[in-house]
Amino acid sequence: MDNNKIKQHISRQFNEEMEEIRNKVLAMGGLVEQQVDLATKAFMSYDMESAETVVQQDQLVNELEKDIDHECTEIMARRQPAAFDLRMLIATIKIITDLERIGDEAARIARMTMRLEGSDYYQDKYYEIEHLLELVKDMLNGALDAYARTDVDEVVEITGQDAKVDREYTSITRQLITQMMENPRNITRALDMLWTARALERIGDHSCNVCEHVIYMVKGKDVRHVSREELEQTVKTGR
Amino acid sequence: MTTAQTRTHGINIGALNRDEKPQQIENFETCIKIEDLDLFYSGKQALHKVNMEMPRKKVTAYIGPSGCGKSTLLRCINRMNDLVDGVSIRGRILLDNEDIFDKSVNVAALRRRVGMVFQKPNPFPKTIYENVAYGLRIQGVNDRHILDEVVEKSLRGAALWDEVKNRLNENALGMSGGQQQRLVIARAIAIEPEVILLDEPASALDPISTLKIEELINELKDQYTIVIVTHNMQQAARVSDYTAFMYMGELIEFGETSELFTNPAKKQTEDYITGRYG
Repeated sequence: MDNNKIKQHISRQFNEEMEEIRNKVLAMGGLVEQQVDLATKAFMSYDMESAETVVQQDQLVNELEKDIDHECTEIMARRQPAAFDLRMLIATIKIITDLERIGDEAARIARMTMRLEGSDYYQDKYYEIEHLLELVKDMLNGALDAYARTDVDEVVEITGQDAKVDREYTSITRQLITQMMENPRNITRALDMLWTARALERIGDHSCNVCEHVIYMVKGKDVRHVSREELEQTVKTGR
Repeated sequence: MTTAQTRTHGINIGALNRDEKPQQIENFETCIKIEDLDLFYSGKQALHKVNMEMPRKKVTAYIGPSGCGKSTLLRCINRMNDLVDGVSIRGRILLDNEDIFDKSVNVAALRRRVGMVFQKPNPFPKTIYENVAYGLRIQGVNDRHILDEVVEKSLRGAALWDEVKNRLNENALGMSGGQQQRLVIARAIAIEPEVILLDEPASALDPISTLKIEELINELKDQYTIVIVTHNMQQAARVSDYTAFMYMGELIEFGETSELFTNPAKKQTEDYITGRYG
C-alpha cells in the first residue's frame, strides 16, 4: 500500500487538507495514549496531580474531536471525495469517536482517583493491572500506527491481542472477588480496581474498532461484526 | 405479510439479508454488447479492443479524461462515426443480439432505435410543437390527433409540458438552454427509441437545469436504456447504475457505480476519480 497516498492529488490544497486531518487525528491519538497511561498510573500511586491533568486533557480531546469532525464534513461538501479519500474521511470520523471514548475511559479512572484523596493508601501491587495497561497501550499504539501508515499488515496481530486482554480482565476479576471475600475491608479498593480494569478492557475494544476502521479505509471492506477468519482473509487478499 | 416483507420502522428487513444479491445484478439483461471493438481515425487507433455489455433499462455512464475515446465509443452505438472521414472500425456491436455494422442494417432505422442528444441543445428553428413532431412527420405521420398526443406525451416525458403547454407555437429558439435541452430529449423520445445516447447533455447548463436533466434521466430509465458520457464525475455518480472508466482508448474498468466510486478495482480508476497524478 502506498504510504503517501494522501499526498498525490493534483490539487496541492487538497493534499494539505487531508494531511492536516491525518496529523490532527494522530495528535488526538497521542493525547489519549498519554491519558490512558497517566490515569492508570495515577490510580495505582494515588497521584492526584496526574489525575487532574488527565481530566483537563479530556477537554482538549473533546475539542479535537469536534474540530476534526468539522473539517471532514467540510472536505466532503467542498470536494466530493471518492474512493480512498472518501473512505479515509468516513473512517476518520469513526476513529475519532472511538478515540474520544478512550479519552472518556481514562478520565473516568482519573476522576475515580481524585475521589481517593485523603483516604488510606493501600500498599497493593497489582502487576496484572500494569500488564493490562501495557497490552491495551500496545493495541492503541498499533492501531494509530496503522492509520498513520495506511498499512494493515500488523492489524491482525493487534486485534488478536484483544483475546489476551479479555483473559487478563477475567483473571483480575477473579482475584478481586477472592480478596473481597477474604476481607470485607478490601471491598472499596477492590471495586475501584475492578472499574479500572473494566475501563482498560473497554479501551482495548475501542482500539480494535479503530483497527477495523483502518481496514475499511485501506481495503474498502467493512470488517465489523465478521469472524476472525474473515477479517484475516480480507487483510490478506482485499484490494 | 411474509417475513421478507416485514417492515420495522420503515426498514425492509428482508433487504438487509446479506446473502441476497443487490437487485442491479439480478436484473442485468444485456441490451448492447460490444465485442473486440477497434476504431481508427485515418489509421490512428482511437479505441483498443473494447469489450463490454450494457444493461437494458439502466443508466450506464462513461467517464474518463479528454480524448480517452468515450464520445467516440458512444457515437459508434448509433453509427454516427460513419459520417466522419477516414474512420475504420473492427469488431462488433450487438443491439438485441443483432450486429449494427451488418450490411443489411438500415442506418436510419438504427438511429430511430438509438436516439442521441448532444452537448449543445440543437432544436430546429421551428415551433416547439413542430420540433417534437418532426420525427413522426418525416416518417409520414400527419394525423393531427396522433401528433397532438405524441407531442404532449413526449413533452410530459421530458418534464417540459407544464412549462410550455401554453406556448407550443412559439419558436423553440426562444427557450432557455435547459428547456431547449429537454425539448431535444422530448424530440428524441417522440419516436420511441430503445436506447438514448447522451453526450455531455448538461455540460452547457446551469446547476438547476442540470439537476432537472438528471432527474429526467432517472425517470426515463424505466422505459429506455440510457448511455451517458460526462466529464462531471459527480454527475456520473448521481445518475448512473453502472460506470465505465476509459483511458487512452481502452476500457479500464466497468462496474456498478456504487462500487466503482467507493472502492474501484483498478489503480488508474482510483487515481482519476480522486484527482491524483496517474
